[in-house]
Amino acid sequence: MGRFIARRLLSAVPVLLGILLLVFSIARLIPGDPCLLALGERATEELCDAYNERFGLDEPIVTQLGIYLGDVAQGDLGDSLRFSKPVTTLLKERLPTTVELTLAALFIAVLIGIPLGVMSAYRHNSKLDVVTMVFANTGVSMPVFWLGLMLQYLFAVVLQDTPLFLPPSGRLKAGMIPEPFYEKWGLPEIGIFEFISNMEILNGMLTLNWEVFWSATSHMILPALALATIPMAIIARMTRSSLLDVLGLDYVRTARAKGLKENVVILRHALRNALLPVITVIGLSLGALLGGAILTETIFNLSGVGKTLFDAIEARDYPVVQGFTLFIAFVFVLVNLLVDVLYTYLDPRVRVS
Amino acid sequence: MTDLTVDINPLEVSQSSSGGLGINLVKELFRKRAAVVGAVMLGILVFIALFAPLISPYDPTEVLLSTEGVQPRESPCIHILGCDSEQPQHILGIDGNGRDVLSRIFYGARVSLTAGVAAVTFAVLVGVVVGLIAGFFGGWIDNVLMRLMDVLLAFPSLLLAIFIVTVFGRGLTNAVLAITVVTIPGYARVVRSSVLTVRESDFVKADRVLGVSTFRLLTRRILPNSLTPLVVQATLGIASAVLEIAALSFLGLGVQPPQAEWGSMLASERNQVFTAPHLVFFPGIAIMWNVLAFNLLGDGLRDAMDPRLNR
Repeated sequence: MGRFIARRLLSAVPVLLGILLLVFSIARLIPGDPCLLALGERATEELCDAYNERFGLDEPIVTQLGIYLGDVAQGDLGDSLRFSKPVTTLLKERLPTTVELTLAALFIAVLIGIPLGVMSAYRHNSKLDVVTMVFANTGVSMPVFWLGLMLQYLFAVVLQDTPLFLPPSGRLKAGMIPEPFYEKWGLPEIGIFEFISNMEILNGMLTLNWEVFWSATSHMILPALALATIPMAIIARMTRSSLLDVLGLDYVRTARAKGLKENVVILRHALRNALLPVITVIGLSLGALLGGAILTETIFNLSGVGKTLFDAIEARDYPVVQGFTLFIAFVFVLVNLLVDVLYTYLDPRVRVS
Repeated sequence: MTDLTVDINPLEVSQSSSGGLGINLVKELFRKRAAVVGAVMLGILVFIALFAPLISPYDPTEVLLSTEGVQPRESPCIHILGCDSEQPQHILGIDGNGRDVLSRIFYGARVSLTAGVAAVTFAVLVGVVVGLIAGFFGGWIDNVLMRLMDVLLAFPSLLLAIFIVTVFGRGLTNAVLAITVVTIPGYARVVRSSVLTVRESDFVKADRVLGVSTFRLLTRRILPNSLTPLVVQATLGIASAVLEIAALSFLGLGVQPPQAEWGSMLASERNQVFTAPHLVFFPGIAIMWNVLAFNLLGDGLRDAMDPRLNR
């Protein structure tokens, strides 16, 4: 097991280096002068020279790459050209929203997707199965940006004066400035606490401020629902087909022959093995979630990683583009690694082979 | 001794095996309800795309404000549903620039279909070459190529596509190129893994012994035997390519106005969703229609080609 993990970790190294190189080159290839974009009409030749020198943009590309690799190794992702603050700080501010969004979406996707798949397999070829699979097929075919807009219309306009009304955009009610939990608890203002306090739902819980908690939650429901739909449908389909495969195996027949109740056979015996491929799908859907977060955050006006990254690309904010993309790609590689390891842990057959 | 022979009607055997792979596949495909639905949906879409100039009531870029006296973002007007017959009929309404939405959706089918199919065709071509070379030669070539694919796969595909379009410039061609690049690894992997299996089979070994050239071996022996999973993946791939091209257009990176495309139609009216939801609703349905058609067809193909999955 240890050797497997070590080998898997080692094989990730060239990929990570490749990612670094690719991100660096792409960021440099984006046309447009960052100085002109940052300074706008104020940009004169002298000012731009000074600007380029300050941010090391006048060095040869290879030197820039060398400096960049050295900085990244030290955890320094540079400073944002637009916000004039370190990219890591920006990441610390924007990441919590995306973490909340993706986790909420993943939660919804798993919580609804797996039971749907199980029911569908259990009542295989019934009306329920057909309805679920039509739903799943439609779900994977839906553009997330369209679904987001439709949900906004439904919950903010059609259901406006009902208790089902949900706010269509933003993170909190206008004017609401929640107290960070560490201040309330008299803790020091350190990075990790700031990060946690920026997760508004969690912060609301920690400070026992239920008004903040509900405001943060209600603003998160629609984006999470929009983002969850595709993975939910994929998980439901995967659970169904995997469970159908397992239900045909001998050990399931044995369990039934022992006289076990059907739900015990399915939930205790069959589902455990059937969930293995589902775990892979859940891991892989994280990539779709992060990609979808760009669209979802744009539509719901959430300043998370996705929206910040997209804005940074538009504004040629190289350090932010590099840093954020690097971060997302690293997380993605890491999650795939985790899924692999988890898979080996859960399924001894993989270890042996 | 017990008689172990089984009655086989020679006529039946010859009938069932006479069709060949292609015919059997089509027969199998028609037995899947979902695949039939997908094929019909796709057929309708292809029809609309082909005959868009004939069936569209208006030119997709024609501004009707002065000629017909319509207002921007007017609701649908359908005569048989009680709309005043004095008014010009606009089944899906008028967009913010005073153009007929139905005509724009019809013309959008052309863009969506060709872009999706083009992106996947290019990706399959490159992916097949990469996968064949990596799988057949193995060793360091395989290692380098596959690590390169891993790097591409390490990004959420939409993000990488956004990058590529930003570097090369906005527009439909570059959007298609971007989707091509981000989907190559998927095809390369599929081809490579089936090459690995076919490479070790006896008929390939026999050919090698007989001195068949590598090129011939790759194109005549290995490739045809790796096609099944590739066709399935490509069909499903068109579905996601259509979605991602629409997403790029939605972000303003793909098709540029005034050309009619579903993603950009959605984008230009997204701020009006609260006042004129129909302008957002219909382009989205059109995208979904296209994606669903390919998804259903792809699933059907997979089931039809894999007898183990028959249920």
